[in-house]
Amino acid sequence: MSIELGHFALVLSFALALVQMTVPIVGAKLRNDTLMRVGEPAALTNFMLVALSFTALTFAYVQSDFSVLNVWENSHSAKPLLYKITGTWGNHEGSMLLWVLILVFFGALVAVFGRNLPLSLRANVLGVQGAISCAFIIFILATSNPFARLDPAPMEGRDLNPILQDIGLAVHPPLLYLGYVGFSVAFSFAIAALIEGRLDAAWARWVRPWTLAAWIFLTGGIAMGSYWAYYELGWGGFWFWDPVENASLLPWLGGTALLHSALVMEKRSALKIWTVLLAILTFSLSLLGTFLVRSGVLTSVHAFATDPTRGVFILGILVLFIGGSLALFAWRAGTLTAGGLFQPISREGALVLNNLILTTATATVLIGTLYPLLIEAVTGDKISVGAPFFNLTFGPLILPLLVVVPFGPLLAWKRGDLWAVSQRLFLAFGGGLAVALLVFILVDRTSVLAALGTGLGVWLVLGALTDLVIKSGLGKVAPAVAFGRFKGLPRSVFGTALAHAGIGLTTIGIISVTTLETERITAMQPGETVEIHGYNLRFESLRPFTGPNYTEDQARFVLTRVTGKAMGEVMSAKRFYTARQMPTTEAGIRTIGLSQLYVSLGDQTPNGKIVVRIWWKPMVTLIWLGSLIMMIGGTVSLLDRRLRVGAPMPRGKAAAQGARA
Amino acid sequence: MTRKQKRLAVIAGAIGFLGAATGLTLYALGEQTSYFYVPGDLAERPVGVGERIRLGGLVERGSIQRSDDTHVRFAVTDGIETVAVRYNGILPDLFREEQGVVTEGAFDQNRIFVADTVLAKHDENYMPREVADSLKEKGVWQED
Repeated sequence: MSIELGHFALVLSFALALVQMTVPIVGAKLRNDTLMRVGEPAALTNFMLVALSFTALTFAYVQSDFSVLNVWENSHSAKPLLYKITGTWGNHEGSMLLWVLILVFFGALVAVFGRNLPLSLRANVLGVQGAISCAFIIFILATSNPFARLDPAPMEGRDLNPILQDIGLAVHPPLLYLGYVGFSVAFSFAIAALIEGRLDAAWARWVRPWTLAAWIFLTGGIAMGSYWAYYELGWGGFWFWDPVENASLLPWLGGTALLHSALVMEKRSALKIWTVLLAILTFSLSLLGTFLVRSGVLTSVHAFATDPTRGVFILGILVLFIGGSLALFAWRAGTLTAGGLFQPISREGALVLNNLILTTATATVLIGTLYPLLIEAVTGDKISVGAPFFNLTFGPLILPLLVVVPFGPLLAWKRGDLWAVSQRLFLAFGGGLAVALLVFILVDRTSVLAALGTGLGVWLVLGALTDLVIKSGLGKVAPAVAFGRFKGLPRSVFGTALAHAGIGLTTIGIISVTTLETERITAMQPGETVEIHGYNLRFESLRPFTGPNYTEDQARFVLTRVTGKAMGEVMSAKRFYTARQMPTTEAGIRTIGLSQLYVSLGDQTPNGKIVVRIWWKPMVTLIWLGSLIMMIGGTVSLLDRRLRVGAPMPRGKAAAQGARA
Repeated sequence: MTRKQKRLAVIAGAIGFLGAATGLTLYALGEQTSYFYVPGDLAERPVGVGERIRLGGLVERGSIQRSDDTHVRFAVTDGIETVAVRYNGILPDLFREEQGVVTEGAFDQNRIFVADTVLAKHDENYMPREVADSLKEKGVWQED
């Protein structure tokens, strides 16, 4: 019964989305306040309806109601409760419903926090949000209905894909979707600005917190996905340049560029048209990502339950929204006034450089990702573009950006002094150079990349610290005064420093793991020992174990330093999920400092040994710790009073003065 | 420098960067992409020794031979032709006889395909699209 209620709520929300999409926009055109005000209750009700619908589906999963086709296909009564709940979105239909839930959630947020927006702007923004919801709700209802019934109801379900039976499923898709879909707000604002033909600094003040929020979630979603794939797949990689991964990286790169260009627009009223275009492109990349992931047109290692026939529908939505918005942009961008001018050597100039490099890097990733589709359409040949392509293009393009990042926040607006900034960064540069030399001399004399990359990361971290030191005047004024100034710095300054330091840490992690990791593959039997990176790993025993819905062979390893110091145990397993007859590898991971030892089991050899693959992954945790610090930086910045979601005006001149410090 | 010269310098710099990026991308697309083959394609479009390709098909029944160390040999077939493959490492969990597989690597002198990557799939119902398309073309595999 409740499942029909959920279905009905979704149908209702579609009808309501039609209203939300048309009435407020028409109202804004006719300057009719009553019509414009329809957007707000429509958005709120829509959220409640989709939430009801989603709850109904989750309820069916928790109850293991196998009379629902979707539940039967993806659940099992013996599954732990957490995986019953997360299983709701561990399949195509449910994950699209989650997508829509988050979309209408953002619509409701705009309705709640947007009370102080100009009425017509709010009406148009909510109207565009309504249009997007409309397209995706009809997609679910027409092609991917999660509420379809099954008669007669089977006794037992077919279980969730074992790879997805993990805490990662509880965190990764919601975070990723909050990021993807969060960019829809910036998109709706851009479209609304184009419809109205009006764009001012207040617009940028509005768009930036929403973009920042989406960016924080997307950063978390990508990092979490990366870590999940790292420990779950058992082949120890953190990034494969797989199409599905690229699909999430593209809006992240676009969103990062948007964050920086919105800053210029807010502070200096420049780059207006460019910012609008970026807002459109970023969400377009999110839509493209959704299409690539859901349609399975590109072969991916992360493909789950894809369906090319339904992909055509999403492709239609994609063409409609991207084509429509770009056409609107081409038609209306001329009506927006262009922004002010500035010197090339200035904060604005640095942010433009950031945008140039980020969008170029985005374009290369986009080309590399879509090139196989293009070639197949044109010549019929099937090709694959893999990691070597991206390492060769994305790497050299993004490295110069990382080198210049510390300069940006230290340059003044309008006209900066590059020489003075270089002098201030002298210590940070020296620190980076010293670390690079140390790595080269003490760690690895064969890899110049390892030394330079680590040095680059340290330069980024120290450069971010330098920014804080300079802005608080430490060393120039009395320590107490400096501390006072430090406490008084705008939160966004801390946010910037944290995010840039986070990028530095992630860089160190990526570089050291790709250049310095060591690996052993060997066939072992209990009692044998293998040595890796100054540690001895002894294969202790292999025992069977039975879990709730799987059986496994657990291998127990004892880790000691070569010097003899005991380091505890590492467990690694080969698991077999009975319902799906599917094996998985449960990697054994031991974190030592910032590095990790990673043990993965393979097949048995004819003489009864087991193939064991062991990696030493130096500094690998920094990849995700750095992302976490980027997220914290974003959050700190979001809490800046001047940026508070919905702040319609800067808080007087005093705040504006502080911003320039 | 006058304002105009400065602006020109900035534009020239940006165009230079974009040009470098374009050049790099075109070069990399030419050098770093690999073509997809099923065994039956190899007769019409021969592949040289050492040339990197992706080879896909079904793992032939009874062809998997494990050695006492970490080397594995198996055969990839499209129902018409068969290619012997050698691989050193841990195979993906869902690697099975008569299942779709995509391997990446190159042929050695003895026309044995030395794979350095065997693509894992997360879903037992999932067939790599290239493999499915090629097998359908050759009439070997029907959708169920």
